[in-house]
Amino acid sequence: MLLSIRSLTKVFPGTRALDDVDLDIAAGEVHALLGENGAGKSTLIKCLTGAYRRDAGTITLEGAAIDPRSTREAQELGIGTVYQEVNLLPNLTVAQNLMFGREPRRFGMIDPRATRVQARETLARYGLTIDVDRDLGSFSVAIQQIVAIARAVEISGKVLILDEPTASLDAAEVAMVFDVVRSLRDRGMGIVFVSHFLDQVFDLTDRVTILRNGRKIVTTPTKGLSRMTLVEHMLGRALDEATHAPAGAAASAPEPVLYFDGTGRAGAIAPFDLSIGAGEVVGLAGLLGSGRTETAELLFGVRPLQTGSARDTQGPLDLRSPRAAIRAGFGFAPEDRKTDGIVADLTIRENIILGLQARRGWARPMPRAQQNRLADDYIRRLDIRTSGREQPIGQLSGGNQQKAVLARWLAMNPRFLILDEPTRGIDVGAHAEILRLIAELTRQGMAVLIISSEIDEMVAVADRVIVLRDRAHVAELTGDQVSGDAIMRAIAEGDLPGGVAA
Amino acid sequence: MSGTLQRIAPQLIALAALVALVSVFYPAFLSVQMNDGRLVGPVIDVLKRGAPVALLAIGMTLVIATRGIDLSVGAIMAICGAAAAWALASGWGTGAALALALAAGAGAGLWNGLLIAGFGIQPFVATLILMTMGRGVAQLITEGRILTFTDPGFSWLGSGTALGLPVPVWLWLLAGLFVAALMRRTALGLLIEAVGINRRASALAGVNATVLLVAVYVASGLCAALAGIVETADIRGADANNAGLWLELDAILAVVIGGNSLLGGRFSIAASILGALIIQTITTGILLAGFPSEYNLVIKAGLVLVILILQSPRISAEWRLMRDSRRVQPKPAPAKATPTRPAPEDRT
Amino acid sequence: MTRTLMTTVAALALCGTAASAQTVGFSQIGSESGWRAAETTLTRQQAEERGYQLQFSDAQQRQENQIAAIRSFVAQGVDAILLAPVVATGWDSVLQEAQEAEIPVVLLDRRVDSAEDLYLTAVGSDLVHEGEVAGQWLVDQVAGEDCRIVELQGTTGSSPAIDRKAGFEAAIADHENLEIVRSQTGDFTRAQGKEVMESFLQAENGGADICALYAHNDDMAVGAIQAIKEAGLAPGEDILVVSIDAVPDIFQAMAAGEANATVELTPDMAGPAFDALEAYWADGTEPEKFIQTESRLYTQADDPQGEYDRRKDLGY
Repeated sequence: MLLSIRSLTKVFPGTRALDDVDLDIAAGEVHALLGENGAGKSTLIKCLTGAYRRDAGTITLEGAAIDPRSTREAQELGIGTVYQEVNLLPNLTVAQNLMFGREPRRFGMIDPRATRVQARETLARYGLTIDVDRDLGSFSVAIQQIVAIARAVEISGKVLILDEPTASLDAAEVAMVFDVVRSLRDRGMGIVFVSHFLDQVFDLTDRVTILRNGRKIVTTPTKGLSRMTLVEHMLGRALDEATHAPAGAAASAPEPVLYFDGTGRAGAIAPFDLSIGAGEVVGLAGLLGSGRTETAELLFGVRPLQTGSARDTQGPLDLRSPRAAIRAGFGFAPEDRKTDGIVADLTIRENIILGLQARRGWARPMPRAQQNRLADDYIRRLDIRTSGREQPIGQLSGGNQQKAVLARWLAMNPRFLILDEPTRGIDVGAHAEILRLIAELTRQGMAVLIISSEIDEMVAVADRVIVLRDRAHVAELTGDQVSGDAIMRAIAEGDLPGGVAA
Repeated sequence: MSGTLQRIAPQLIALAALVALVSVFYPAFLSVQMNDGRLVGPVIDVLKRGAPVALLAIGMTLVIATRGIDLSVGAIMAICGAAAAWALASGWGTGAALALALAAGAGAGLWNGLLIAGFGIQPFVATLILMTMGRGVAQLITEGRILTFTDPGFSWLGSGTALGLPVPVWLWLLAGLFVAALMRRTALGLLIEAVGINRRASALAGVNATVLLVAVYVASGLCAALAGIVETADIRGADANNAGLWLELDAILAVVIGGNSLLGGRFSIAASILGALIIQTITTGILLAGFPSEYNLVIKAGLVLVILILQSPRISAEWRLMRDSRRVQPKPAPAKATPTRPAPEDRT
Repeated sequence: MTRTLMTTVAALALCGTAASAQTVGFSQIGSESGWRAAETTLTRQQAEERGYQLQFSDAQQRQENQIAAIRSFVAQGVDAILLAPVVATGWDSVLQEAQEAEIPVVLLDRRVDSAEDLYLTAVGSDLVHEGEVAGQWLVDQVAGEDCRIVELQGTTGSSPAIDRKAGFEAAIADHENLEIVRSQTGDFTRAQGKEVMESFLQAENGGADICALYAHNDDMAVGAIQAIKEAGLAPGEDILVVSIDAVPDIFQAMAAGEANATVELTPDMAGPAFDALEAYWADGTEPEKFIQTESRLYTQADDPQGEYDRRKDLGY
């Protein structure tokens, strides 16, 4: 085995990012590493490349135990990495980028002619004949990516890690990069391939390893693996079928109160129709990058609509900006609460009243007593674990931060609340509380759009599930169709009975 | 109010230490006399001479709270001074000249705000444009001369006396109180801090970050206009080449000495004004002590350095530890963490 | 500014038509002070009176602009070049180019570090001498009585500040009744002059112990005069005021009895320069390498109001 990882463990405060993970990379194979956000892929890669120090476990390369302490050391050992964002210097020439730090020298000075010659010879082996004197930035991303691969291989040459290398390429460019990857495989390199595009995984890789919640779920040959199984492993549905018993599940769907007709935005999400009724919970399911968050951001005015319009029973709604959406009675608890949700240095009280205060306007400050009452009230109701309402919110755990962000929106009493991954990274107890809270809100007539990677959660909470693939709404499941099996099948294939939403 | 005191305690201590130091070299530093109904003395000079930087520091505090910076305030001072002098020289009244100067300051601030909030240009770059261009604008107005005037009403703003104190002192005192009250009696302070700490999250929560940013730069422009009026009125002339020259750096320094983070967020206007007074105490102290001019900048830099080092996170953590351990000593009970973070309420 | 532009345009327009007149290129530092503006105005006036065409170039404080301007003067084949250099070094090659093109270069107001044969002559004032004239006036004025002097220096380290201080000190050196008791920089500005004077008054018993003020330029003196007045003293009487430059505002103060004397740093550098050039053009007469302008002393007896009226439109 070229590279063997045994019992790799990495602990961060509060989470086990990697828990006893084994992984083998053979020479001459392309090995896919799959998993949803937070599964542990990037932690694993960072342990391999020396960006993180592991807490336990062993890594052996060609039979010798290694312990890289920096990316440079990992490179010298033979492990090179290429990232989604080309990690080179666009304003240097191709030759300079390729030979950077190991330029051929003459009398101690860089020899530009030899640099060019060597760069040209190197790239020829990758099927590229380009002008190596031009700035790297003047070439397409695919070429830049191949130059990055060439550089990584030239420096390291044993194991190549490709971390989402195709995310910003079109189909022809992907094919070009894949040709290079295959030729490297045939030369006996071990290649780790990380991607969210399942088609590419089936197209390129020999074996697949799936991580979930820091654990290795399975390693299996790609050939013979069904999409269904793959998705099942990634999303990790418990085997005992969760029952679909949503809170507001009436036999018939409630009368819609909000309509979105043909709303869409190029490059983000294809135009879709959506309507939602009072007290209804609509789920958005799909893999990462399928367009779930983009849908939410479109509906909340974070990304302006390019096509379509929104209306309620009274007439058209303006969704030009988050402020406009808030005026229309919308709320949005974003996925990345650290960068988009909390205001870290402010207190819990200030974070909770921030939205309400912004809506009242600066000239009408909320009286302090009312702020205190509101904050204490939500700290109690949502069971936010804190030393008091004046604690800076940045000091709270993720789950309690999430509850405070929820409290901010609940205090504003929206009629339509969008929750993007409301339970990610939250401990089990808080998880259940948040689901209970959603049920309570819908009983009071709030419409909720929920995005979640956890199928069981979706089945448990949603009246209706819309499935997304490749930045389009591809299926809608209602009533009895909402089951873990059906959602998974729709994510994997998107062609099940139940109708396809436009 | 105890929260405010705790917040500005380091600045008060630094100021007191500095006054003690200056008194060693100039024993009469704290002497104040009543002279023809006005107070006279080195301390009064500090309060008066500190006015331009104190006024600039008020606006700069708000700008820095939003994670910005305003390098153009010195140039805005020159523009507003030139505009006022031009108006007076052209026969406008005191009130009209004042209004023109303030309008010029607000306009300059609006320009900065639109570049930053509207076009997304980095504050450093956007205000650098006006910093270099503004002095040229002022020179165009004065035609490169020192434009003088003899308007007793306007001059009163720079060198007059009201209730025993020089008028510039009243100006920064009232401006500081007004802005501090505006920030803490309305929700502006909270919203500005929220935008400074996390603009994206604040915008998603419905805070109108764009308008707030523009408003903050307009406020800074108005403060610079006041500072320019004080300086112009003081010498009864607009010196476009020298008015407010490098004062933007003193204003930023005052904000930093005031313990406000250049990364935005929590701010204290009182502490920034104390920072301005600390800088002025150093300047006046050097003048009174009679050191040769060659030492001025070295002494100033050295004292500022000492103050900043004493306020640095590392040293202040040590202080807190010392204080806590002393507080705990009388009781043999195990030391428990004392919350030393100032309570966020009642900041001014 | 607009005036400058219009004159430049006019000068350019004239170039083609009157080919017989002498053409002189003038590379000015910029317009950083009123004195500089007056120098520009007087140079234009002098050129006009003598029937020269003046090619004016404002370098905006940048040497590279001045070098570019001189190269373009050389390319145009002007008859002479006036240069007010922004810095002292780095002129060798461009002066060489002018010399090869046989165009005489006259330095105005400031000197350069290049070899003397690279330029025709330099016109300027002797800064040390200015300080001496001011000091000598004070020596004569107090006539043996004790006098405690405060001094407002120019920008620390600048050559006018160093030389004017040295000249003044030399003039009073042999008179034990005169003593500089406080000396601080006022940065050549009105605002600083006022602030520093306030601290002098504060430190010297409210000004009662000060007999005279010596300021390295008039602007600082004007600021200091305000400080003296605000301290309740009479400038010009309680405290004698002597300064250097002779800008219009100091004449106004002298007319009001608030200032006593000023030493002129004449902005008319072009007059002597043109005189030297005319002699050179006529029969190749080489002037002295340094032409010192007169450092004239003006007191309240010299019709300050009239001097003010004569100067107020020169662009100070």
